[in-house]
Amino acid sequence: MSTVTDTKRKAPAGERVADWADGRLGIYGLAKANMRKIFPDHWSFMLGEICLYSFIIIILTGVYLTLFFDPSMSEVVYHGSYEPMQGIQMSAAYASTLDISFDIRGGLLVRQIHHWAAVIFLAGMFVHMFRVFFTGAYRKPREINWLFGFLLFVLGMFTGFTGYSLPDDLLSGTGVRFTQGAILSMPIVGTYISMFMFGGEFPGTDIIPRFYSVHILLLPGIMLGLVVAHLILVFFHKHTQFAGPGKTNKNVVGMPLLPVYMAKAGGFFFLVFGFIAAIAAIATINPIWGIGPYRPDQVSTGAQPDWYMGFAEGFVRVMPGWEINLWGHTLVLGVLIPLVLFGVVLGALALYPFIESWITGDKREHHILDKPRNAPTRTALGVAWVTIYFVMLIGGGNDIWATHFHLSLNAISWFVRIAFFAGPVLAFIVTRRICLGLQRRDKEKVLHGRESGTIKRLPHGEFVEIHEPLGPEARYALTAHEQYEPLEVGPTVDENGVERKPSALQKLRARLSRSYYGEGNQIPKPTAEEYKEITSGHGHH
Amino acid sequence: MSSQEIPEEGLPAEQDTAHGAVKVADDPFADPGLPAHKPRIQDIDERAAKRSERTVALMFTLSMLATVGFIASYVIFPVDKIVFIWPIGHVSALHFSLGLTLGAALFLIGAGAVHWARTLMSDVEVADDRHPIEATPEVKAKVLADFADGARESAIGRRKLIRNTMFGALALVPLSGVVLLRDLGPLPEEKLRKTLWAKGKQLVNMNTNQPLRPEDVTVGSLTFAMPEGLEEDAHDFQTQIAKAALMIVRIEPDDIKDKQSREWGHEGIVAFSKICTHVGCPISLYEQQTHHVLCPCHQSTFDLSDGARVIFGPAGHPLPQLRIGVNSEGNLEALGDFAEPVGPAFWERG
Repeated sequence: MSTVTDTKRKAPAGERVADWADGRLGIYGLAKANMRKIFPDHWSFMLGEICLYSFIIIILTGVYLTLFFDPSMSEVVYHGSYEPMQGIQMSAAYASTLDISFDIRGGLLVRQIHHWAAVIFLAGMFVHMFRVFFTGAYRKPREINWLFGFLLFVLGMFTGFTGYSLPDDLLSGTGVRFTQGAILSMPIVGTYISMFMFGGEFPGTDIIPRFYSVHILLLPGIMLGLVVAHLILVFFHKHTQFAGPGKTNKNVVGMPLLPVYMAKAGGFFFLVFGFIAAIAAIATINPIWGIGPYRPDQVSTGAQPDWYMGFAEGFVRVMPGWEINLWGHTLVLGVLIPLVLFGVVLGALALYPFIESWITGDKREHHILDKPRNAPTRTALGVAWVTIYFVMLIGGGNDIWATHFHLSLNAISWFVRIAFFAGPVLAFIVTRRICLGLQRRDKEKVLHGRESGTIKRLPHGEFVEIHEPLGPEARYALTAHEQYEPLEVGPTVDENGVERKPSALQKLRARLSRSYYGEGNQIPKPTAEEYKEITSGHGHH
Repeated sequence: MSSQEIPEEGLPAEQDTAHGAVKVADDPFADPGLPAHKPRIQDIDERAAKRSERTVALMFTLSMLATVGFIASYVIFPVDKIVFIWPIGHVSALHFSLGLTLGAALFLIGAGAVHWARTLMSDVEVADDRHPIEATPEVKAKVLADFADGARESAIGRRKLIRNTMFGALALVPLSGVVLLRDLGPLPEEKLRKTLWAKGKQLVNMNTNQPLRPEDVTVGSLTFAMPEGLEEDAHDFQTQIAKAALMIVRIEPDDIKDKQSREWGHEGIVAFSKICTHVGCPISLYEQQTHHVLCPCHQSTFDLSDGARVIFGPAGHPLPQLRIGVNSEGNLEALGDFAEPVGPAFWERG
């Protein structure tokens, strides 16, 4: 034995642990592929990180809150340390939330971090999703990851809603009431779903415990799985990158996970957590002690959901109160249509990548991101969607707008109704024009160079500005994007002279393709001939 | 329709010809390749690198101090101590100090790590190759062959009886799970149509808990009432008040435009459901000159002088009116339940 140990060096402790783990988990194989994995650098790539980190913060603080929160609707009389609520009857859920806020040291901080992190999580997902949208990062092979992300956004909304409903305060109870009213509007099944959800009539005593298990177990469980799948796919696909010198569709240029991104991304977790903790200390969010426990016959003014539910609220507020009564039944269109639009507006996001890839017919992998300007129609559609979202957000806060800006509610309602239809159209047209303008400017820059700001006086007295030609790197970055040709329906007579009738779907596809890539809908890239003609000619002009 | 039906003539001819030496030499838009690394000051000046090192170490040290501060705050400040912090206002000393020290402790770790990465770790960009995600034709052929072998060995295609009954069993078994959900709640039946109000039930003032008398209700005031016998500590109080909540106003009888509404009241006193017919918020804002009431949730506005007709907002129908009278003791009483369901509309409402 001794001869073996003599000839073999003794491995350091860390290596021996790693050997042990490798013998059971195969970690060297995993590390080989991932430890020095290259990630490209761009500020917009950290938006997704904000979501991941706030999700982790939510889980950490959420576990702490479950240690003190009592998800029960049994009525108790409050005798805690918050004077204004002394002797008031309330649910145990509300009372325990007051205890967390006033009697447990640090409880308020954790509650505030939890809620702020949730709000930031949703905002982060929104912005991250539109980073992915506007750069075309959802294209093959990332469509499924787009859907995972979309599901996370939608589930995040409902997790947020069930979470802020748990304290059973007057504001959140009003939100639950609204949800129940919306459920009742569903034809045929509405009253049944409401009874099953609430364990009887509204509010009953079941909804808080049920929301609790949905909020802390069901939804976060699904979301955790989706987050892991989302990240695995990010690793598997390797990150996208913007066009630039040396960057191609077949490589990924950047810095290695170990050490740079370990430090940057790991450090960023602490930055996000620290930032949220500081906000939680400074700015109060959801002060449930302000307006008291929920009672179905009481309400406060200026009731607003958390921001991510605001656009759904907008649909509900500006929709005319249509009701159709026929054959002893009521079709509550005034509430049902907003409910359907909520799903349709969100669903459009989920479907878009598939619609676009059908129009282009492009089956290749895409790892080089588009600059938004180089995909004018996509960018314009995205801005149109965002316009609808924000118009409805205005509708959702119509009372706040009215009181803060001294506007008439009636005027706001009509503005939102008209803007719901006109706003996206206008936004589409304006955005596309801006994109085309920027494309023209890029082309101009490539062909004529950058405006140097230096004015030169010619011998005959004329003043000209000197244009500096771009270097090869800038020139490449501005011309590396691909441009599609619009699809044609094809000849109506085939090679054998037999008449061939294109289907309506084919015609639609060709038409859409023209509107994406047809003449005037994208600016052709400068060609090498154009460039040579200008640069070899009589200097700058 | 599959995309194959239209030739892929719109696609750019080639992808990635820009990579490497494939490009013709005189192409002005050729990929010049990765730019040379530009060294940072820390890469060439060891003193600058030392400065960065000290900065990072300082941040980590401050983070340690902040954690000590967190623990100290936890011990020092009582949970109910309120202090004035400009410009925020009055805040809990404990909450504020815990939050800021925790925030600083975390943020400084992050800032230190990022500064370390940005100034001292290598920032040389390198390229990794990507590989197509699709399997090679050989792999695909192998997988399809394996699958065909497996399927053949199971005989699932040949023994259709097994296959069909298995699909049937798998399709049916989740039904048990659905059935188990049945007891989540009762069936709706008539529950949404009935409230606690009934003939002879007195109107009890929500504020005083006393029966309401006609002289208690003055012009210009909004009074809330619940049915007699409903106690605030009853186990089903919330569920009952969610339907029975009532608001009462007095309007000059001649000002009541709706004839039936006038008759259902008592000398101009009219009682309406407080629950909005839109999605069920309690209505609480009253404009005494016009007798309009407004739901603060979605701004549905009802004209109480005209049978609670909807005059603005998303509500679809008027607030149900409760028929009231005066009993032998001179108190206001209900003459029955609401004639129609209160609250939001639903499919069976009719």
